[in-house]
Amino acid sequence: MKFVCLGYIDAAMWESLPKEEAEKAMEACMAYDNELRKGGHFAGGGALSAPQNGVTLRHQDGQVRVTDGPFIETKEQIGGILLLEARDLNHAIQLMSKHPGVRMGPFEIRPADDAMNLLILEMSERLAREAEAS
Amino acid sequence: MVEEDRQDLRQFVDDLYRAESRRVFATLVRLLNDFDLAEEAMHEAFTSAFVKWQEEGIPQNPRAWLVSTGRFKAIDTIRRRVRFDESLGEIAKRLDHEKDQFAAIDEENIEDDRLRLIFTCCHPALPPSAQVALTLREVCGLRTEEIASAFLTTPPTIAQRIVRGKQKIRDAGIPFEIPTVPQMPQRLDSVLSVIYLVFNEGYSASSGKTVTRCDLSEEAIRLGRLLAQLLPDPEVVGLLALMLIQESRRTARTTPSGDIILLEDQDRSLWIQEYISEGVELIQRALRTRRFGVYTIQAAIAAVHAEASSPEVTDWSQIIALYDVLSRIESSPVVELNRAVAIAMRDGPEAGLTIIDDILTEGTLSEYHLAHAARADLCRRMGNTMEAVNAYRRALELAKQEPERRFLEGRLKQLS
Repeated sequence: MKFVCLGYIDAAMWESLPKEEAEKAMEACMAYDNELRKGGHFAGGGALSAPQNGVTLRHQDGQVRVTDGPFIETKEQIGGILLLEARDLNHAIQLMSKHPGVRMGPFEIRPADDAMNLLILEMSERLAREAEAS
Repeated sequence: MVEEDRQDLRQFVDDLYRAESRRVFATLVRLLNDFDLAEEAMHEAFTSAFVKWQEEGIPQNPRAWLVSTGRFKAIDTIRRRVRFDESLGEIAKRLDHEKDQFAAIDEENIEDDRLRLIFTCCHPALPPSAQVALTLREVCGLRTEEIASAFLTTPPTIAQRIVRGKQKIRDAGIPFEIPTVPQMPQRLDSVLSVIYLVFNEGYSASSGKTVTRCDLSEEAIRLGRLLAQLLPDPEVVGLLALMLIQESRRTARTTPSGDIILLEDQDRSLWIQEYISEGVELIQRALRTRRFGVYTIQAAIAAVHAEASSPEVTDWSQIIALYDVLSRIESSPVVELNRAVAIAMRDGPEAGLTIIDDILTEGTLSEYHLAHAARADLCRRMGNTMEAVNAYRRALELAKQEPERRFLEGRLKQLS
């Protein structure tokens, strides 16, 4: 089954890290991602730019309002997302416990909603078929 | 079949249900991966056991017969459901396919299944309240109403926790498995704390129906014994010892009307020696491994008290030494407080008071009624009545349990 892993990071801590150490940490993360790939556990993912570069949309009074910055202002923000293929929750925990990213901030592991994702997949396949037919 | 034989068989099946139903259930959960289906299948298996065994006699291995019948019943149920939901077809196919492999149900596997079930119900991904409710329901087989009355809440609340817990096990992909060696310490912590929570809920019979809560302590000890038998980890043994020694004092620690009797005032002839000697033996076993933890040390402290024939001959130096070990493993202000009380017993109230005042100045325990009660007691023994009255009053403000409040009120009355 699929698990979405949200890696949180304290941006201030990250920026205060000497360049060399930050690079080393990045390399360690990439290397472990590769380990996951080799085992068939890496199903996608990527790093996120700083939260202040993002915006948050809210529906309010019949309108969509845009505010700058993240939805929740906390010390730690999501720094990257990893899509994990694992047997079950324990397996996911076991795989992610060794991820160097856990040493930099908390990691949240959330099971993917399989039923919903199946619907999404069916929808994309249908659209692809329709596009081919036209 | 004559009526008498039928009665005997009924009795046999009833006894078997009490002794084996949770084992059978645990195995069915593993095979079916579904709590509700397993529960239903287990009940159907016991029902048909009574009918079949009347005709064919009792099989050689009734437990294996029950598991196997339960599994067939579950396949039937799934087949019936398949008519409504196509996606279930795969599960039925898989269960059919595993038939041969299933033929051998060995005893060891069934015991492992109980351990799997305990670890699943106490998985750290579940909220603690759900861990407790699920363990009592699925591992111990307590009814929802019983759990609710023990935890002073309503059956719907407990039912909801159980349903949500099961849902989370399914949706989050929490497996039915015994943790691997590297995961074991963390997972075991969670299991032990659930058992101790259940025990304490039954031990501090401060409110609610005393009878059910006493059952809860017995249930925790039973769980502890089961776990110690399945998983010989020193801390499992230590926790069992701690529970046994505390349980040995049950009748001595309160008056018939429910008032607290302090350790030093308890009638030691009421302490159950059997529990104490079993506990002491278990502690020695745990200590010998040198891999023990906080439960074992706490049990050892309780054992030093238990082995003293009167309060005066208590080996306080030994207790202080054990508190030193405890604070090295897991330092906490409450441990410091208890250590201070032990020091006061050995070296006099002044020595203890200095430490307690330091702890209170730090602030973490300033809202903890027992810290003020301990301070009050030392001031009382030093003859400092005014200070003692003030501290007892502060403790009374913070205490929530009725018997503790009555105790503090009694002390205040004595001083005024």
